[in-house]
Amino acid sequence: MECKITKNNELNVENLKKKIKKRIMIDKSAKLVFLLSALFALLVLGILIYRIFTQSIGWLDIQFLTSKLSIFPEKAGIFGAIVGSFLLMVIVAPVTIILGVSTAIYLEEYSSKGRLQTLIKTNISNLAGVPSVIFGLLGLTVFGRLLNLGSSILAGGLTMSLLVLPIVVVASQEAIRAVPGFLRDASYAMGASKWTTISRVVLPVALPGILTGSILALSRAIGETAPLVVLGIPTLILKIPQNIMDDFTALPIQIYYWTLDTVLTAEYANLAAATIVVLLLMLFTLNSIAIIIRNKFQRRY
Amino acid sequence: MNNNVREIILKNNKKQKKSLDNVMPVIFFTAALISIITTIGIVLTLVFDALKFFRAVPFADIFSTQLAPLAANPRFGILPLINGTILTSLIAMMVAIPVGLTSAIYLSEFATEKIRKRLKPIMELLAGIPTIVYGFFAYSFVTPLLMAVIPGLEAKNALSPGIVMGIMIIPLVTSLSEDAMNSVPNALREGAYALGSTRLEVAVKVVIPAAISGIIASFVLAISRAIGETMIVTIASGSSKNFTFDITKSIQTMTAYIVEFTSGDAGSGTVGYYSLYAVGLILFVFTLLMNLLAQYISRKYREEY
Repeated sequence: MECKITKNNELNVENLKKKIKKRIMIDKSAKLVFLLSALFALLVLGILIYRIFTQSIGWLDIQFLTSKLSIFPEKAGIFGAIVGSFLLMVIVAPVTIILGVSTAIYLEEYSSKGRLQTLIKTNISNLAGVPSVIFGLLGLTVFGRLLNLGSSILAGGLTMSLLVLPIVVVASQEAIRAVPGFLRDASYAMGASKWTTISRVVLPVALPGILTGSILALSRAIGETAPLVVLGIPTLILKIPQNIMDDFTALPIQIYYWTLDTVLTAEYANLAAATIVVLLLMLFTLNSIAIIIRNKFQRRY
Repeated sequence: MNNNVREIILKNNKKQKKSLDNVMPVIFFTAALISIITTIGIVLTLVFDALKFFRAVPFADIFSTQLAPLAANPRFGILPLINGTILTSLIAMMVAIPVGLTSAIYLSEFATEKIRKRLKPIMELLAGIPTIVYGFFAYSFVTPLLMAVIPGLEAKNALSPGIVMGIMIIPLVTSLSEDAMNSVPNALREGAYALGSTRLEVAVKVVIPAAISGIIASFVLAISRAIGETMIVTIASGSSKNFTFDITKSIQTMTAYIVEFTSGDAGSGTVGYYSLYAVGLILFVFTLLMNLLAQYISRKYREEY
């Protein structure tokens, strides 16, 4: 800040005080503005949750959770969608965890620093940025048409697995990297081989981190809509899916179709809101489990 | 009985090595290749069918503003979709960048540890909400709200999904920018404080310039997210294929076009079906370039301390 110095080499104190006052005032008002903008997120979250809960009141009951779909709002339920989402996770969970953890083990424990490792790493970080709708096109073409799986749970599950794979890989990599070197050294000193060290020492220690990442990946997969819509999940499925080759509907799909059809029947908005509440509760539970695992079982060295 | 310990160990080691120690690396390597195969798969599916589209439709038609894929005389101008995508993304950025950056400044430079610990999980919560929920929120709450303020706003428009998309992206901008600001060493801040700077002056004149590469990278990633976002725009911006800059009117983005077309009854093998892949390819290239640009910026212009 330039301070005006008067002719006889003295600071103009009055002027200076005024300037400092102004600067402090600007600082304080800026702080207030920044705080408000940080609180904006909180405000929106509050309105969103309040709106959706109030819209779902009176619609979310046992009948809604246990009934099949129906074109009549009073009779409609989301049992099929819940079963569909659950079966989808039955595929996504093992596929992503096995593939993701294996990839992470390869990158952290086996690969030597070189072009291939860089290639795989850049590839994974770029895959994480590919829009989900593009994964839908991949699933539609490869799983849906080429492998002739149609819009079955298997096709949806595999598509979703590829989509959330980078999340599991990155989380597992971090967890494995956090395992201190002396544990490995101790294992090798006991004469253990590399695989024994990884399976008996590294993985057990890294497990909480891996689980946290995997649960977060699952919660992303449960809420993801676009890839399933692109796969061509039919609008109205009245049958409850029995196995992974059946056509299915899932919670987000149901929300999507009911939201689109509010133009026809206003009550569909309430059904969509009630389904959103169920979905959000599921996500909340999953995230809580992840946080508990992270806080309780993660050891720091 | 052979009592030679060394021999026994060697024998055991050999047995172990034969079994899992040789097999596991191969399995892990194969798993790691899946991610590369996925990328190749994406590129191949998109390019393969997009080529059929580009062969069937002359270039002059593709770069026109006429889009009517299901008409008797179908037209495949992509400009309305690109325009729609840019329009909604711009609106989203106008919300996400100012709010996200100022929140980051607050969390990193002004907030006490206590407030920070309370606000950050809320940001994470906001980031974890599925986009379909935001779509429902945009259509059933934000649009009616805006209609009360802006007369002439259509039930499906570009403004409402743009704003909600911006809200969705705020946590991304905030957390990445805050990370960048946090990695600015305290010595720089203390130097500025020692010269009598206020917090704001430290933030604006010292911390932000030092963290600028990470901040810009977060903006670029945010744009990439906005371009690729699907459900919010599909639900709340409708499917009008007009070329318009009017944000009160219905528009269609590239992502929404893909969703509309696949959930409709477009038979495979038609030009309309292949147009999906052409749009998908352009979308893929757009977002990939953005992501690479973000990585490049944060690597190239990072200030090392």
